[in-house]
Order: sequence, then C-alpha cells, then structure tokens
Amino acid sequence: MFCNILIWFVIIPIVMMAGLGLCRGKSIGAIRAVMVVGSTALLGLAIWLCCEFLRLRGAGDASEMLFTGSWMWYAPFNIHLAVGVDGISVLMLLLSAVIVFAGTFASWKINPLPKNFFLWFCLLSTGVFGFFISIDIFTMFMFYEVALIPMYLLIGVWGTGRKEYSAMKLTLMLMGGSAFLMLGLLGIYWHSAPEGMPLTWNILEISHNSAIDPSWQNLLFCLTFVGFGVLGAMFPFHTWSPDGHACAPTAVSMLHAGVLMKLGGYGCFRIAIYLLPQAANELAWIFIILTGISIVYGAFSACVQTDLKYINAYSSVSHCGMVLFAILMLNTTAMTGAILQMLSHGLMTALFFALIGMIYGRTHTRDIRQMGGLMKIMPYLGVCYMIAGFASLGLPGLSGFVAEMTIFFGSFEDADLFHRCFVIAATCSIVITAVYILRVVGKLLLGPVQDDHHLALTDASWFERLSTVTLIVCIAGIGCFPNWINETIQFSFHPIIKAIEAAAL
Amino acid sequence: MGVTLPILILALPITMFLVLGLGGVKMPRKMAGVLGILGMGTTAVISYWVAFTYFFSGEAAYIVDGVRQQVQMFDVTWLAFTQSLVVKIGFLLDPISAMMLVVITTISFMVHLYSWGYMEHEPGFQRYYAFLSLFSFSMLGLVVATNIFQMYIFWELVGVSSYLLIGFFYKLPSAVSASKKAFIVTRFADLGFLIGILILSFYTDTFNFIDMTNNPQGVLASTGGATFMGASVLTWAMVLIFTGGMGKSAMMPLHIWLPDAMEGPTPVSALIHAATMVVAGVYLVARMFPVYLVVETSLVFVSVIGAITAFYAAVVACTQIDIKRVLAFSTISQIAFMMTSLGVAWPELHDGLGYMASMFHLFTHAMFKALLFLGAGALIHAVHSNNYTAMGGLRKYMPITHWTFLIGCLAIAGIWPFSGFFSKDEMLAAMFAQHWFWGAWMTMVAGLTAFYMFRLYYLIFWWEENPHYKEHKPHDAPWQMSVPLIFLAAVSCVAGFIPFGEFVTWNRAPYHIHIELPVAATSLTVAVLAIVLATVMYAKKNPIPTRLKDMMPGLWMAAHRRFYWDEIYMFVTHKIIFNGICRGIAWFDRHVIDATMDGFAKVAQKTSYAIRGLQSGNIQLYVLWYFAGAVLLAAITWICLL
Repeated sequence: MFCNILIWFVIIPIVMMAGLGLCRGKSIGAIRAVMVVGSTALLGLAIWLCCEFLRLRGAGDASEMLFTGSWMWYAPFNIHLAVGVDGISVLMLLLSAVIVFAGTFASWKINPLPKNFFLWFCLLSTGVFGFFISIDIFTMFMFYEVALIPMYLLIGVWGTGRKEYSAMKLTLMLMGGSAFLMLGLLGIYWHSAPEGMPLTWNILEISHNSAIDPSWQNLLFCLTFVGFGVLGAMFPFHTWSPDGHACAPTAVSMLHAGVLMKLGGYGCFRIAIYLLPQAANELAWIFIILTGISIVYGAFSACVQTDLKYINAYSSVSHCGMVLFAILMLNTTAMTGAILQMLSHGLMTALFFALIGMIYGRTHTRDIRQMGGLMKIMPYLGVCYMIAGFASLGLPGLSGFVAEMTIFFGSFEDADLFHRCFVIAATCSIVITAVYILRVVGKLLLGPVQDDHHLALTDASWFERLSTVTLIVCIAGIGCFPNWINETIQFSFHPIIKAIEAAAL
Repeated sequence: MGVTLPILILALPITMFLVLGLGGVKMPRKMAGVLGILGMGTTAVISYWVAFTYFFSGEAAYIVDGVRQQVQMFDVTWLAFTQSLVVKIGFLLDPISAMMLVVITTISFMVHLYSWGYMEHEPGFQRYYAFLSLFSFSMLGLVVATNIFQMYIFWELVGVSSYLLIGFFYKLPSAVSASKKAFIVTRFADLGFLIGILILSFYTDTFNFIDMTNNPQGVLASTGGATFMGASVLTWAMVLIFTGGMGKSAMMPLHIWLPDAMEGPTPVSALIHAATMVVAGVYLVARMFPVYLVVETSLVFVSVIGAITAFYAAVVACTQIDIKRVLAFSTISQIAFMMTSLGVAWPELHDGLGYMASMFHLFTHAMFKALLFLGAGALIHAVHSNNYTAMGGLRKYMPITHWTFLIGCLAIAGIWPFSGFFSKDEMLAAMFAQHWFWGAWMTMVAGLTAFYMFRLYYLIFWWEENPHYKEHKPHDAPWQMSVPLIFLAAVSCVAGFIPFGEFVTWNRAPYHIHIELPVAATSLTVAVLAIVLATVMYAKKNPIPTRLKDMMPGLWMAAHRRFYWDEIYMFVTHKIIFNGICRGIAWFDRHVIDATMDGFAKVAQKTSYAIRGLQSGNIQLYVLWYFAGAVLLAAITWICLL
C-alpha cells in the first residue's frame, strides 16, 4: 500500500499534523519548519508525480488511470480506498501542492494560535489531495467533506469582519450541496452494476458497466451536478462565495478559491458527466443557462464592489462559471479549456487573495475608495497585483488567455443557435472583466496617494515574495507554454468523451 | 536567410523587456537607456537586412516571375485546440510585413533615441524603456504573424503595452483614466475581432493567412452559403474582424480613446498612437484583403467607415487647442484615408491601386506623423504646455524644430515634392477610379488637412510671440531629440520618390506608379488654397478666427467638444451600464438571491424557536403529549378500520 506514490499525498499532510501536534503552541519556528518541510515535500512529490506520469505516457502507457491501487475498506458496502490518476488529476494535484506551498508562506505571520491554524490547514489539504487521488466515489465524498469542514473553523476563528455569520453561511450552503450530492452518489451506487453483479463505488467500474437506467440518470445528474455546482459557485448557489471569501484569512481564501472550488468542477465532469453521460447530453442545456448567467452576472456584480475581496469573489463566480460552462459543452476542446481555466483561475485567484491579504495586513482596509497610489509605496506588490489582474483579464502570455480562448473555440464547435448565443454572451465577459480589473488597478495602485499614513508602509518581505513568485512563475509558465498541458488534458478526456458519444447514439 | 535573423527580430526586444523590467530597478538610468537603444538599434539593423534581402536579393524563394512570394520563415505550434485548428507562432515574410518591419524598427529606434533626451528627468526611466521594448516586440510579432490567432495574441499585447505607456505618469488621474479608456474601448472592439475569428475559423478550420488568402473562394465555399440576418456569415466574420481594426485604428465610433491617449509621454504618442499601433487595423484589412474581396459588402463597409471618420476627424482637428490632440485627430483622419483607399481597391478598378496607395500612405504617414509628434514633444519640452495658447512666434527660438515641423506639415498637406503628396495622390486616384464622389469627398478632406495643419503651424510658430518667453526662454532640444527630427524630416522629403509599387501591391506583382495629372493638380490646388486660407487667418494675430467662431458658436462648440461622442459614451457606460445594470445586478444579488438563502436559514431558526418550547424537561407535559398522540393514533386507526 505504501508503495503507491499517490497515498503519500494523504500521508504527508497527516504526518505534518502529527508533527504540528508535537510542537509547542508558542514555538513558531518549529511550526513553520514543519509546514515548510511538509509543503515542500508535497510540492516535490507533485512535480515528481507529474514527471513520472508524463514519462509513462510518453512510454506508451495508454490506460485510463495510472498508479492505480485499491484496498478494501468496508466490505459490506464494497467500499474501497481506491486511488488512481489521469492527466487531469495530476495537474490538479500539482495545482494544490503549489497553492499549499504558497499558502504556507502567505500565512507566515498568522495570529493568533498558529499551531491550530496550521493543523486545520493541513486537514483541509488532506481532504483536497485525497479527493483528487480517489477513484472510489465513497472515499472521494469522504475526502470532500474532510476538506469542507475545517473551513468553518478557519473562517470562524481566524477570519475578519462578520466571520461567524460567513463561516456559518458557507458551511451550511456547502453542506446543503453535500446533501444533494450524497443522494446522488447513493443513487449511482445502487444502480452501479447490472442485475446479479456486485454493486461498486469505483468510477472506472461504474462507467464500464454503464448500467444506470436513463430515467434515473436524469435525476441523479441533477443531484450531483447541483451538489458539486454549489461548490463551483454556480448561480444561484454562489452567495456563500462573496461572504465566505471576504471574511476568510489569506491562506484560507487562497486554498478555498484556488483549490476547493475546483473540487466542484472536477466532480462535475468526473462523476456527473462521466458516470451519467445520457443525462448529460439531455440536460446540459439547463445548466448551460445557469452557468452562462454566472459568467456575466458575476462579472457585472464585480464592477460595482468596493471591497477588494468581494471583487475577487464575484470575479471567481464569473471565472468558475466559465469552468462549468465549458464542461457542459461536452467536447474535448471546451472541456480541456475548462481544466485549463481551473488551473489558471486557481493560480491567479490564489495570487490575488495572497496579495489582498498582504495589502490588507499593511493598510488595514480593503475598501478601494480609501486606498490609492500604492504602486509608488509598494512597487513589488503593485506589480504582482497588476500581473494577477492581467492574467484575470486574459492577457496573452499569462494563463487566463490560454484557458479562455480554448473554452471559446471549443464551445463554438456546437453550431446551434442556443449554444452560439451563450458562447457569445460568455465572450462578452472578457470586456467586463477588463472593466472591473482596470477599475481596481486604477483606484488601488495608480493615481495619487489617498491616505498619508500609507506612505510609511513597507514593501513585501522575503516570504511574501517567495509565495507570490511561485504563483507568478506558474501563471506565466502556463501562459507561455501551454501545449504540453493541453495535450495531457486532451488525452485524459478521451474516455469521458467516448462515454458521452456512446450515450448520445 | 535562415531562421536566426527572424527569431532575433522577435527575441531581442522581448529580452530587453525582461532585462529592463526585472533588473531595471537596480540599473543606473544611463545604462538602461543605452541598453534599450542598442537593443532596438540592433533589431532595426537586422530588420533592414531582412527586408533588403527579401526585396532585393532576387532569390527564388522570395520572387518568382516578378511576383513576390509569401514565405513562412518558421511556424511552431503553440497551442492545439483540435487536430486541425492549431495556433502557431511564426514569422511570415511578404511585402507588407517586410515594409512594416522597416517602419516599426525605424520609428521605434528614433523614439528610443529621442526619449533619452525627452524622458531624462522623469522617474521610472528604466520602466519606460522596458515598456517601449515590450511594445516593439508585440508590434513586430503582430506584423509578422503567420495566422490570425497569432495576430490576435500580439494585438492584445500591443493593447496592453499601449495601456502601460499611456498610463506611464500613473500619479496623474487623467493619465490613469485615459489608459483605462484606451484599453477598454479597444478591448470592446477586440471582442468583435474575437467573435469574427471564431466564426471564420469555425468554417475554414484554419487560422493560417496563406491558406485563407490564397484561396478566398474556398473560404467562401467553406461557409456553405450560410447566412445570418440576411448577410452571409463570411460577411459577418469579416465585418466583425474589421471591428477589431476599427478599435485599434480609432475609426468612428470607436475613436474616442485616441485623443485621450495623448496623456502618455509624447514620444509614445509618436510611436504607438501615430505611426505603428494605430495602423494595425489598416494592416489587418490589408493582410486579409483577398478574403475581403470576395465579400464586397464588408469592403464597402470599410470604405464608408473610413470616409465618414476622415471627414469627422478633420473637422474636429480644426478646433482643438491642445496641439497633441490636433495631431491625434489628424492621425485618425489619415488612417481613415488609408482605410477608404483599401476599401476602394477593387482589382478590376485601376489594378487594385488603392491597396498599394494605402500601404504607401501608411509608410509615408508613419514617418511624417512621427516627425510631427516628436516635434510637438520638443515644443512641449520647451514651453511646458500642450496648448498652442502657450506658444506662438517660436520660429526664432527653435529653428530646428520649426523647419522640421514645417516639412512635416508640408508632407501631410500633400505638397510636392514631399512624401505625402505622392501617397495621397495615389489614394485619390484610386478613389476617383471607384466613383467621383469618393474622390471629391476625400479631396475635400485633404484640403481640410492642409488647413488645420497650417493653422497649427502658424499658431505655434507665427501668430504672436508669447510674453512668457521673457522669463523662460524656449530653446531647441538636445541632440538626442534633434537627430530623430532631422532624420525623419529627411525621410519625409525623399520617401515620395520610392517606387513603392515595385514592392507592395495587392497581388504582389509590380505596379508602375505614375502621377495622375488631373488628380494631382486638383489636390495640389485644394491644398495650396487651404494653406493660403490658413496663412490669411493665422499667420499674424488678427481677429478673423474669433469672429468666425462667434459667427457659428454652436458648430464651433460642437466640433471643439468632438461632437459630444465622449458625453454619449459616458452616458451609456456610466449611467446605463454601471449605475443601471451593474448596480442593479449587485443589488439583486444581495437583496434577492442572498436574501432567499438567508431566508431559509431564518425560517429554520424561527421554526426551531417556535417548537423548542416543546422540549421543556417537564415530565407531565411529555406525558400529556404522549397521551394526546396515542389517542390521536387510536382515533385514526379506528376511523380507518371502520
């Protein structure tokens, strides 16, 4: 079991938690040491996994999932701890590792109770990593819940503003989503195999059996898609996002917007679409309408916000809407774009939230009306913010452009008027995004200094630079050399597209 | 020629950007300036060499039977959307891209040199050179694009470079809002461009220019006669793609960003907003020209937009006070000239002369307009104001600026033997060949051009000497600034004699330029008359202009306020979109969607408050409920059994 590299993605965070448990609450050095070693190990492991994966693929290993392993966990219900990754999960693991790494440095000076903060932070990471390595939907769901629950405490204890309210709202709404999801997953399980064969939770087996009755598929598809869609901030279930993000501490916002929201998109195609392809063909239009609304609605809402975090939360609604929108187009190019958008959005939102945290830590306000001219005072953070902004509005050379273009060109493949109208509406978001990003940049960074107290502020310290540079390098890397990622993702979509096409016949 | 030189043309500027951008802060100013200038100089030399080899070597790769070839020096895959729809980054060498290489690197080098003097005392000198390099890289990448998607990529990059450079003085709120406006307006136009590409590539299944332009009928056939709202989809695609060009080239009604863009440093205006980036729209149409030819409606659209814009901008230019804005409107008008000329370049008329003429004018205009802007920069440098009201009588104080500016004015007015005369004559000939109306209309615009340019010239250099000179005597600029002026003035004097038709034509076969005497005579007469009129009105201080203004105050005010386009835009974007739609949606989100979610929570809470009294811990009460329940159940059972 321990020979499987994937298991270590869960073991390392658990070991980190044990290590943190041994630290004394006051010895901040030891806590940081554990976190740095652990997150670096995770990042190293993710990079190594990525290389190894590409090597195996390069060597001609075309099986759907690599590094598979399965261990019985609870025999009466045939629950396994089953792991395996395809190109998409590898990239998601890499994304999570990068953000955990950057998040560690971004919360270098977390106060109070650093030890407890990092304990919950590690638990959250465990859930995230566990989710991406699982191919057994029960364990997947379990890890999903593990990732969600710490959020309540992280926001409720270390947050700012109306933190109790927001923490409660976020948790309740996501738990509401989980309730739908639980029903959907149980439904899938009970129909997972034809008569006479043992029921299974394993994604590959369920897909292989494709025994789910079409009439059931429609119901289950709605349940699972809404369940995951809540986490993916789908309209009208997105309202936890602005409040939750606004009140969360920096690293939590980063991890939440950067990775946790991706769980939603990932679940949507891995479970809702892959396992219920007939329903996906039939009912995609409903969710195309909802996600299409998300894209434009989120962007318009972001235009008038004055709190930096609200702007970003609404922008996330728009960008994550794009992810789900592209997934529902049910063709390789658009779905590839969705994954690219997940990566891109994860990295740049993490960067945004990190920077907002750093700026907030200095100016003690997030209201853009009370700030101005920060570029002069903290040029490093200002430039980083601009880069994040440019990535968000889709500047070529940064990741956002690649993702958006792949989505638009993929989505345009559907030639009927319904799809066309929604694609063109979605493309309009590139203009609206430019409006709200430049509005923020203009008010926050440029122009005259608004508050004389800000003149005394300092620029980024080394750990802040490390955190931001890591993210910027990844953003520019995807933006400049997208094709290897693109190919990896496209390859991984073959079985899913095959299932969709078979179901459409 | 191998791939090394083409790669270097793109690699040098971007390397300079990275070096200056990342290491600029730690670098002394002088070193940053020298690095920038050297980098651009080398790029210019390489570009000249590439263009020279392409045009003059006579190698079979570049010219076959007198027809110049389109050569893809390299073309590497960048992103594969599908098997066939692949984005590549490449280097296309053909007459127009070779010509643009020369134009861009020349002007860019001149501006790099000039800026050394102009920006000497500005903070952020290193950043300025970094952005200039980024712009040069993006613009070069745009013109050598092998496919429309690569063009779009670099199109966005020049947009952002322009944003950064307009907002260079980022502490001034006016510069910040001007840069924002420029970016958003062009972004809006790019949306049209993007949708156009989406439609076009959906049918053709390729982005490649050569594939499309060599077989335009095939492009038309690939759409299978599909129509949308009465027009063929290809027309829609080409018009939408042209929308992108309208944004970048500041055609009406998307012109509003360019006058504001003058908030940027003046050398930047010369480089980006006069000579190179703003002609990208013209270049785009020229690049896709064969495809435009098969859908004539879109070509007519191009020329109509051009003709309206040319006239509008010329009228507005007559009433502006800020000298850079006069030049900005003049740029809009001249680019519109090129657009119209492209629009009338039908091969059956005069051998597609309009295409050649348009490119020729692009070339000459780039030189003399950069000259005029750099001259304006020298003036602003000397008197520290953008308005001609702070100038007047400067010819004695700034002889170099005066003479070079005069040459620029003569060139743009189309006076023989300056370069503008030749290119404008070809354009007018092409327009007269299409229809006399086009010719007459544009000759009138040419006359207006001569008038407003000489109005500007006289108000700056003649009129009445400004009393402020006594305290602060204006003087000519340092050599870094004078050298580019003199060089560009020299080019403007001789560029007209270049046999341009030998190099650039719509079908890449040579065309022998000849002066059309009637056309030339008409336009020359109109221009001279306009100059005479300007001389009468503005050479010496006199009350004619004021009286004229008082005669028609409404018209003057409307023209001065640019016919209220900005106000209209302000109303639509601010009042309707921002205050109406955005605020409405934000309110809806908080007070309807979120309130519903909160409502669920509230209902649950209220319910629990209401029923929590039941769990009182009072045994007697529980027993009572127990019995009540039991009785109720018994009653129900009894009724059911009955």
